[in-house]
Amino acid sequence: MFRLQGRLVDNLPKVYGLYTGGFIIFIALMAILDKMGVSAATIGVLFVAFTICIYALIGWLSRTMELGAYYVAGREVPAVYNGMATAADWMSGASFVALAGGIYFGGYGYMAFIVGWTGGYVLVNALMAPYLRKFGCYTVPDFIGTRYGGNFARLCAVIILVVASFTYVTAQIDASGTIAARALNISYETGVWFGLAAILMCSMLGGMRAVTWTQVAQYIVLIIAYLVPIIWMSNRQGFGIIPHFSYGEAILRIQELEPLVKLGTKATETFAGRSILTVPQMATGAPLESWKFATLALCMMAGTASLPHILMRYFTTPSVRSARKSVAWSLFFIFLLYFSAPCLATLTKLQLLDPNLPTAIIGKPFAEVANLAWIKNWASVGMVAISDSNKDGILQINEFFMRPDVVVLATPEIAGLPYVISGLVAAGGLAAAMSTADGLILAIANALSHDLYYKMIDPKADVRLRLIVARVLLVIIGVLAAFIASLHITGILGAVAWAFCFACSGLFFPLVLGVWWKRANRQGAIAGMIVGFVAGSAYLYYVQNGGAPWWGIDGLRFGMIGMPASLVSMVLVSLMTPAPSADIQKMVDDTRIPTGGTILEASH
Amino acid sequence: MAPNNEADRIEGHWSKTRNLTFVILGLWFVFAFVLPWYTKALNAYTFMGFPLGFYFIAQGSLIAFVVMIFVQNWFQDKIDDEFGFHEDQ
Repeated sequence: MFRLQGRLVDNLPKVYGLYTGGFIIFIALMAILDKMGVSAATIGVLFVAFTICIYALIGWLSRTMELGAYYVAGREVPAVYNGMATAADWMSGASFVALAGGIYFGGYGYMAFIVGWTGGYVLVNALMAPYLRKFGCYTVPDFIGTRYGGNFARLCAVIILVVASFTYVTAQIDASGTIAARALNISYETGVWFGLAAILMCSMLGGMRAVTWTQVAQYIVLIIAYLVPIIWMSNRQGFGIIPHFSYGEAILRIQELEPLVKLGTKATETFAGRSILTVPQMATGAPLESWKFATLALCMMAGTASLPHILMRYFTTPSVRSARKSVAWSLFFIFLLYFSAPCLATLTKLQLLDPNLPTAIIGKPFAEVANLAWIKNWASVGMVAISDSNKDGILQINEFFMRPDVVVLATPEIAGLPYVISGLVAAGGLAAAMSTADGLILAIANALSHDLYYKMIDPKADVRLRLIVARVLLVIIGVLAAFIASLHITGILGAVAWAFCFACSGLFFPLVLGVWWKRANRQGAIAGMIVGFVAGSAYLYYVQNGGAPWWGIDGLRFGMIGMPASLVSMVLVSLMTPAPSADIQKMVDDTRIPTGGTILEASH
Repeated sequence: MAPNNEADRIEGHWSKTRNLTFVILGLWFVFAFVLPWYTKALNAYTFMGFPLGFYFIAQGSLIAFVVMIFVQNWFQDKIDDEFGFHEDQ
C-alpha cells in the first residue's frame, strides 16, 4: 500500500497524480468490460459506485475536531488546488448537465450565462477575495458583522445567505438524485436520499477540510467526463483533436442549414418538459436582445461575487497573495468547461441537422429515426419524443422534441460512442452536483453554527460543542433540502438563476462597499441588505404572479431591481447617519494591505 | 522607492491598488458588456473561421477574463513589493 511521508498538503501532486492515474485505469477497465459484453447498466452502476466510494474515503480520512480545520481547512490549501476545489464547488449539476443544452436551445440569449459565470471572477478577484482573506473571517456574515458591527447586521446577512444558498442547493440535490436514480436504476425519491447520504459523507466529519479534498477529486472526474466525449466526437467529424479553436465552420454550416430545415416552425403538439428547436444559433437583432444579454450577464456576475459558498473558498488559502492566485486558477479551471459548452452544443446540433452526416435525423424517414437505439432509450424515460405531426413520413424540425439535459447526457450515444463514455458522463454529472451541494450545505450550516449560534446565542460555547452544533445543523439542512428537492417544485435552471439574484440583491453592495467605501456604516449596510433583498424578492413575486416585466427584466434577472435599490438605500442612509468610528476606519485600512495578521485573529 | 512614513506608505499603496483595479474593471466592462452588446454587428467579420461576435461570447471574452486576472495579480504583487507589503511565507 502506498504510504504518505508527512502531511497531505506536502504530497498533493503525488496523491492527486495517483488518483487521476487510477481513475484513467478504471475507465480503461470499464472499456474492456464493455467490449467483453458486460451490460451498460452494470457499467453505469460501477462508475457511480466507484467514484462515490472514493469521495467517501477522502471525507473519512479528512475528519477533524479542530475549529480551524473544520471552518477553513486550516488555511493551508495551495492556490492551484483551491482553484480546482472552487471550480468543482462552482460548476453545479446545472452547469454540467444543462449549460450546453441551454445553448443548443437558447442560442445567443443563453450565452449570457457563460459570459456572466466567468466574468464574475474578475469582480471576485478585483473587489472581494483578497480583502476578505485578509480579514480572516470564517463565514461571509462574519465579515458583515465585524465590519459594520452589531448582531442585527450579521443576522440580515445570515438570512440572505440562507435564502440564496438554500434555493440553490435544492436544485443540486435534485440533480444528484436524478443522475443517481438513472445510473443505479432506483426510483427518483430513493435517488435523492441516496445522493444526500453521499454528500453528507463527504462533509460531515471533516467540514471544510474534507469538502476541499473531495472537491479537488470531483473536479478531476468532472472535467475528464466533459472533455472526453467532445474530443472523441470532434475526431469523428473531422474537427481535429481539440475542436475548440476550429468549430467555426460548424457554426457557419448551421447558419446555412437553419433556413433549409425551416427553423422557427411552430410545433403542433406538446410533450411535457420537452421542446423543439426554434431559436437560431446566432444573434438576430431582435428588440431588447442586447439589453437582455447584458442584464442577465450582470446579475450572474454580481451574484458570483456575493455567493458565500464561493467566497468562503478563498478563506482557506495560506495568504492574501495565494487567495488572489487561487481566484485566477479557479477561473482557469472553470473556463476549461465553459468554453467547451458552446462547442459541444454546436457539434451536437450539427450532427442532428446536417444531412451529410450519418448521425443526422432531421429530414430523414420517420420510421428509420424511430428505430434508432438512442431515440428509443431516451424516449422511454421521457427525455425525447418524436411524432410525425404532419404525416408526411419525414421527421421535420418541429417534430423532434427533447429536454435540454439530453444534449450532454445523450451525446455519446447520438455520436455512437461506446457505453463506457455514457457511464463516465453520469459519474461527471454526479460529481458536479455533489460538489456544489457540499459547498452550499456547508456554507449554510457554518453561517448558522458560527454566526447565529456561537456569535449571537451562546458566545461561551467550547470548541467541542460548537463542532457538534455545526454537524447537527449540517444534517438538518441536508435533510430539509433533500425533502424539498423530492417534492420537485422548481426547475433546475430557474432555481439557479434565482439564487444568484437573491445573493446580489442583498449582499453585493454591503460586501463591496465594506472594503471600498470607508464611510459606509452599520445603518447603511442594514438598509442596503434589507431594501435590496426585499425589493428584488417583491419584484420576483410580481413577475411570477403574471405581472408584466419592466424592460424585459424577468424572473431570471430580478437582481436588476434589487441591486440599484440596495446601492441607493445604502449610500443615502450611510450619508444621513454618523460616520463609522475611527477604529472601524482603521480596520478598513488594515483590510486593504496584505501584510500583518488577520483582523479577526484574536476573536475566534 | 517606498516612502518611509507609514501613513504615506499605506496611502501610496492603496492609490496604486485602486488605479489598477479601475483599469481592470474598465477592461472587464468592455469584454463583458460592450463586445457582447454588438455581437450581431461583429458577426459580419470572421476570426479563425468563427463569426467574430459569436467568437467573443463563446471564447474570446472568457480568455480575456482569465488573462486579466493573472495580469492584475502580477501587477498587484509588484505594487505590494514596492511598498513593502510582501507577506513573508
